[in-house]
Amino acid sequence: MSFDRLYEKDVAISGIGQSEVGRPSHKSAMRLTVDACLEAIADAGLKRDDIDGVSCWPGDNNNGNSFSPVGPNALIGTLGLRVNWYGGGYEGPGPLAGVINGAMAIAAGLCRHVLVFRTITEASARRVDKTANALSNKTAGRDSSFFWQWYTPYHVHSAINLMAMYAQRHFHEYGTTAEQLAQIALTCRANAALNPKAVYRQPMTMADYLASRFISTPLRMFDCDVHCDAGTAIVLSRIDAARAGPNPPIRLEAIGSALHQPWSWDQISLTEGASFDAGRMMWQRTDIKPHEVGQAQLYDGFSILTMIWLEGLGLVPRGESGRFVEGGQRIARDGELPINTNGGQLSGGRTHGLGYVHEACTQLWGRAGARQIPPHQVAVAASGGGPLAGSLLLVRE
Amino acid sequence: MPRKLPLITAENAAFWQGGQSGRLMIQHCSACARWFQPPAPVCPRCNSLDVAPKAVSGRGRVATFTVNHQAWTPELTAPYVVAIVELDDQPGLRLLSNITVVPPDQVRIAQPVQVHFEQHEDVWLPLFKPLAEVGA
Repeated sequence: MSFDRLYEKDVAISGIGQSEVGRPSHKSAMRLTVDACLEAIADAGLKRDDIDGVSCWPGDNNNGNSFSPVGPNALIGTLGLRVNWYGGGYEGPGPLAGVINGAMAIAAGLCRHVLVFRTITEASARRVDKTANALSNKTAGRDSSFFWQWYTPYHVHSAINLMAMYAQRHFHEYGTTAEQLAQIALTCRANAALNPKAVYRQPMTMADYLASRFISTPLRMFDCDVHCDAGTAIVLSRIDAARAGPNPPIRLEAIGSALHQPWSWDQISLTEGASFDAGRMMWQRTDIKPHEVGQAQLYDGFSILTMIWLEGLGLVPRGESGRFVEGGQRIARDGELPINTNGGQLSGGRTHGLGYVHEACTQLWGRAGARQIPPHQVAVAASGGGPLAGSLLLVRE
Repeated sequence: MPRKLPLITAENAAFWQGGQSGRLMIQHCSACARWFQPPAPVCPRCNSLDVAPKAVSGRGRVATFTVNHQAWTPELTAPYVVAIVELDDQPGLRLLSNITVVPPDQVRIAQPVQVHFEQHEDVWLPLFKPLAEVGA
């Protein structure tokens, strides 16, 4: 399908904010959210009353789950916002759905400045219950839900079992090795060492990685992201309003949000997930080419997903991510394609989705301090795994 | 180890209870003569409503698998194998299950497997074992 006009280009990121990243934090989930949101609003050169929209993924699921303890409903009253539109909810193209929905609200003329946020308090939750995870509320009682009923009877209690099977298939089809996969974790750790907010900053070696225990083969403990308590926020603005702000606008050059396969973790392509669908859509909406990307902030809830995103976004050929990351030089801060420059979720902390956009902007605006990469104009942020996939091509004006 | 069981509904009953008569029942479309999973009241390929559960061969191959080493709850005993099995009856028709009977280190991608059933209350869980082990 072709369109005469691509409306996301009328939307830009005008400001960013983030709370402390704690493991755990002693601040409440709402306080973390407020810290992030007030910082983002001020960073955009705006006042509270300028915000006329609020967007969030996945929103508050009203069960006390630390996966998403704050949604737009609670935030609106807490901050005293008056909005033209707001929305949050799990069903969408992955953790960047809040950004995509907010951009659509601006492109449709409903809003001028949309506050997008994501708060997570999984570190605190694990202090109380070591088994708490994103699926905890899916593993109690008998279940006839749309999809978990097909997995939990087989002792799938964590998403890692599904991601591990994607990794096993990747190893089988493409000859990917543990030492190659390790480079995602090692690169993130090296970057985290230069990020004062990162959770894990001590050096990690290949030997450390290979010695870490298997959680679900071929994935080890160091292939899993690290729980934290944090709030992250960005302000999306209509491009004309963004140009009036203090920061060079970071335009949403193109959105990738396609799903051309079943919404399923087992009927979908085991080596592509939905990432390839999102990637194809994103590149169809721009004249920019993959080789122009200066940094890639790619979902690393599990390391294998970063590899799949490298391929899905066409940054490396299909099946070649293992060979591309081998040795780690190409994806290092001084390499041809720096990735996850704040330590990603593997070492920086599982801020879950919006953290990638925050870091992409931090780098594009030259604010990354010791971990700053050379000047560039184009970045990509992508989030999700399996049927969940959303990507953003970002261009600094 | 105790399993978390599905709640039986009109749409999933044939799948979860077909094992009572030793059959693996998968939703089938008469209009385009194709199976699909999970069961639904309409064919996702042609949108025909002429769909009903139908027995498949019960044979397939391991499309991928993982040896889970983490005991996620106090009741779980690791390691165990979670696998996605592609059924012989149709390319791309897959089920998530466990590979049983053989030790975890003997599971391989592309290994031929055969369904068997394990009853828990009103559910007959389809599980898979290597084909060479059938009748063992």
